[in-house]
Amino acid sequence: MEILMSILAGTLFAAGVYLILQKQLLKIVLGTALLSHGAHLFILTMGKLNRGKPPILIEGIKDYTDPLPQALILTSIVISFGVTSFLLVLAYRTYQSNKTDMMDQLRGTDDE
Amino acid sequence: MLHIYILLPFLAALLIGLAAKKVDRIHTGWFVLPVPAVLFILFISKLPILAEGKIVQSIANWIPSLDIQLSFYLDGLSMLFSLLITGIGSLVVLYSIFYLSKKEQLVHFYVYLLLFMGSMLGVVLSDNVFVLYTFWEFTSISSFLLIGFWFYRERSTYGAQKSMLVTVFGGLAMLGALILLSITAETNSIREMIANRSEIIESDLFIPILLLLLIGAFTKSAQFPFHSWLPDAMEAPTPVSAYLHSATMVKAGIYLVARFSLIFSGTDVFFIIVSGVGLITLCLGSILASRQTDLKAILAYSTISQLGMIMTMLGFGTGIATLAAIFHIFNHATFKGSLFMIAGIVDHETGTRDIRRLGGLYTFMPISATLAFFGAFSMAGVPLPIFNGFLSKEMFFDSSLKLEQTSGFAGTFAEWIPLLAVIGSIFTFVYSMYLVFGTFAGKAKLDQLEKKPHEAPIGMLISPIILIGFVVLIGLLPNLINESLLAPAVASVTGDFAQIHLKFWHGLNGPLYMSLIVVAVGTILALTLKRWQPIYNRVPGKFSTDRVYQTIVNGLLSFSSKFTKFYMTGSLRLYTSIILVFLVVSTSIFIYVTDGFKIAFDDLAPVTWPEVLVGFVMAVAAIATIWMTQRIAAIIVIGVVGYGLSLLFVFFRAPDLALTQLIVETITVALFLLCFAHLPKLKKSDKKSSEKLVDFVIAASTGALLTVVAISSHSSKYFESISKYFVDNSYKLGGGDNIVNVILVDFRGLDTLFEIAVLGLAALGIYAMIKYRDKGDMNH
Repeated sequence: MEILMSILAGTLFAAGVYLILQKQLLKIVLGTALLSHGAHLFILTMGKLNRGKPPILIEGIKDYTDPLPQALILTSIVISFGVTSFLLVLAYRTYQSNKTDMMDQLRGTDDE
Repeated sequence: MLHIYILLPFLAALLIGLAAKKVDRIHTGWFVLPVPAVLFILFISKLPILAEGKIVQSIANWIPSLDIQLSFYLDGLSMLFSLLITGIGSLVVLYSIFYLSKKEQLVHFYVYLLLFMGSMLGVVLSDNVFVLYTFWEFTSISSFLLIGFWFYRERSTYGAQKSMLVTVFGGLAMLGALILLSITAETNSIREMIANRSEIIESDLFIPILLLLLIGAFTKSAQFPFHSWLPDAMEAPTPVSAYLHSATMVKAGIYLVARFSLIFSGTDVFFIIVSGVGLITLCLGSILASRQTDLKAILAYSTISQLGMIMTMLGFGTGIATLAAIFHIFNHATFKGSLFMIAGIVDHETGTRDIRRLGGLYTFMPISATLAFFGAFSMAGVPLPIFNGFLSKEMFFDSSLKLEQTSGFAGTFAEWIPLLAVIGSIFTFVYSMYLVFGTFAGKAKLDQLEKKPHEAPIGMLISPIILIGFVVLIGLLPNLINESLLAPAVASVTGDFAQIHLKFWHGLNGPLYMSLIVVAVGTILALTLKRWQPIYNRVPGKFSTDRVYQTIVNGLLSFSSKFTKFYMTGSLRLYTSIILVFLVVSTSIFIYVTDGFKIAFDDLAPVTWPEVLVGFVMAVAAIATIWMTQRIAAIIVIGVVGYGLSLLFVFFRAPDLALTQLIVETITVALFLLCFAHLPKLKKSDKKSSEKLVDFVIAASTGALLTVVAISSHSSKYFESISKYFVDNSYKLGGGDNIVNVILVDFRGLDTLFEIAVLGLAALGIYAMIKYRDKGDMNH
């Protein structure tokens, strides 16, 4: 299972990177969302999957799934949510001000 | 003990700003003056210890793991320099109080000056080469700041930059030499290096070490071909020129050569390079000095030439030559320091330093004129027993003649060296006379001056009077400082503690004839200066190192701007590509080299169909986003990936993650749906197929790398997992059953705090972007 999940994480990553390399802002934002999904899966897989019970202490049970990656991912989910929504609004505002969302038209001038 | 001496100027630099703020009626210089004065007295009090042949030292650990100690020691050579730094320093501060008006940025000035003083003391007292290097660069920086003190003048910033570039270039070369030295001698201490002399000389690195070290010394001491920064440094306020650029900092290179003499002296390479460069500098400097029209420029070239002379003598390396070098370091500081101060006085009182507009000032400023006569005659080496400059110059001639007795390489060139020495000295004589007679004798051209000249205030005169006092006193009684100061200094350069009696009259011998030739030819040339000066304009091609410097600097600037523009194109795609390609390539190489890829099949979770199915759908959805042209479809497909991930979290027993992901995904999709109506439609990529291929390769290799890293990290176990700690202590220390939650709010509580901060910032940013839209539009 871990190997399959590693491949899935890689696939999500590849798709995310491909989108980030595109010119349209919306695609770039979608790309970052895919990247964070891939990263979360990646972290989870590194801590081995499906060993023991969910990490909530219950009398008599000794084996639990690794709680540490889960804690890290939880933080990361929230942060990537912040980043994605910020980027989305940024893309929206950029389009409002510049009437374009193509990256190669948004280069600015030499004076900047 | 020595630590406190070095620290004192730095401490004073910190406090001086406060003092100046509290008391603004008194010139800041008065607060600074006690620092060098007290240090001078402290150093003087150590003289008896050195006279016995002992040294003072103190050591403190700084970075023991790198064998870098703050170890300082005071021997004869350090003592001479320390006394110059603090002694001339006191006089210069006193002089500057009257030179700089209170309207100037005095605090800045004195902070820089004190920084310089402290670091220069550090240079001459350090035993550890890396500590020495640190202080060495500090002197370059403080010199830069002082030259650029009047930063609103273009020439000042140009001169400051030039001196910085040249001396720091040399400093880096020197660092290379010091690193090689410390590797070869297996120590960072100068004294231990000297003890391991044979290892250094016999090593293959000997030539690189010597060359790099000498580049450091030559740049700092403005030796040919690095001399051209010194005349440009004359844009500094005159007290600085007198202090840094004649008496102390430019002698740091001399110090370096003298300090390492015990290692290198006696080898042919050392003799050829040091004496050769020294002689070229001596002649070139003095010849160029005679063509200058600015008083300070004459003095600058004169300093270059005099430093060349000292360098030459250190290259000779014989006992008498070393004594002459040490003696001349002292003498040069006295007469050149005073001449600079008088040039400053002339500038201050007449408003110009252009010698063509000056003349006949003797009647207006008799005291300055008298002092200048003494200084210039001493510099010229006029054979009278009241000029210390003559004594050391005669010793220079003497040592150049005695080279014939030396065996080895020095002997073969010996016949030419006295000739060059005489030529250099003739021009020294010429510019000295030109300087003093051009300024003070002849007819006054009052109509060309901005203000009516008059004698300087007594405060400005005190310092040059003291220095000229030394010129005469040492000229008359040279042995006054011989035993206490010169002999220990010579001993630390040559290694043996020999006393040579200094005297004026040696009988009618070679050196005296050479001096007489200098005076005779020099007088003729000085009298006819106006007639032959035009020859300078005919020198072909203007053999100036200035141009070389300018070409190099311009070349570097245009190269770096081209190079930067090459990759800073403003294209996000290019930046991302560069970063990713670097990541993929470097990590792949690392994995390949360390044989990091591992794949283990023995410890895997069983494959179950629901999970595989969800995963498959996610993969298809993710890849599909690439071709989406419908905005709403793209958003839904992205949603599929997100919700699929929450399902996986459920399967993999991460209930908290599943819940959070579910909520976040819902909000994100809602947000996308809110925004998409305002965004333009997704277009089909209009990229060329080659660009698409590049994108594909980069994306695929990044994904593949991630998979490889994930599989390898899962398959290899280098350390025990730390997760057990959290499982064991979740209830005991955190008081909670949900381990993930306890980690977040308790064990890693600060992380969560910052996470919330990031979220808050994002929210604030979003709010600002939406709220202040109209205002921004109005500005357009």
